[in-house]
Amino acid sequence: MGNILEIIGAVLVLLGSVFLFLGALGLVRMPDLYNRIQAGTKASTLGAFLTLFGLLLIIPEWWGKLVLLMTFILITNPVSSHVLARAAHYIKIPLTDKTVADLLNKEETTYKVNEEIKNE
Amino acid sequence: MKIKNITAIFLILLSIWILLNNQFQIEVMIIGVILSFVISIIMGSRITVFNELKFSLGSVFYTIWYLFVFLAELVKSNLDVARRVLTPSLPINPGIIKTKTVLKSKMGRMILANSITLTPGTLTVDIEDDILYIHCIDVCCEDIDKATAAIVDKFEKILVKIYG
Repeated sequence: MGNILEIIGAVLVLLGSVFLFLGALGLVRMPDLYNRIQAGTKASTLGAFLTLFGLLLIIPEWWGKLVLLMTFILITNPVSSHVLARAAHYIKIPLTDKTVADLLNKEETTYKVNEEIKNE
Repeated sequence: MKIKNITAIFLILLSIWILLNNQFQIEVMIIGVILSFVISIIMGSRITVFNELKFSLGSVFYTIWYLFVFLAELVKSNLDVARRVLTPSLPINPGIIKTKTVLKSKMGRMILANSITLTPGTLTVDIEDDILYIHCIDVCCEDIDKATAAIVDKFEKILVKIYG
């Protein structure tokens, strides 16, 4: 029984590393910052999840710490990519030529941020 | 209001303590209970995000259901992005679009924005009141109502039941 769990765990760790690799490939292939963040966030979340879950099957005694790690990854990962994308848009990093729409009004929001900084 | 807040912080701290220690001896538990109680009393009046939580059987059920829906979407989004990355022609059609949410509470909006960031080719760039600006890897429609139906609705209808 222990052996089967170990094999399943190893396969999951392998799958996780495949997703992490695809995320890295996405970082290289995507044309602009926003698309790169997209590839980076999603692939790294699922990759880390699968790797940790595989480890949980191999070494069941560590389940508490591994579950905690998964929770923190789930909470912090989207927040960091959201903040990066927001900051990038405020300092007007251009979107790629393939972009079809940009409904976030740059002038207005940049102005608002400057006002907020002045007020503090 | 305040008691609810303190209870939420206490339970979160205690569960983190138990998970970190990974053992159920009575001494370890007593230290954990005392520590989390003191910290939750001190921080209770300063942390206000848990004020909007509802403690009921229904909200617990919907939270677990939400987790399953979310994990399914996470896997789908990864396969989608992986497919795009591996296709030689790089089939993307990116852009920033507007969507609208009916959620009122801060906590609900935060969870919604985080979920959108982690799911199929979408990334929340900014929130202004009830308008969410979302960067899509493949823009479906620029119309605000259609975009809301495509991206936000599936999470929102569950979150509404938890956070109202």
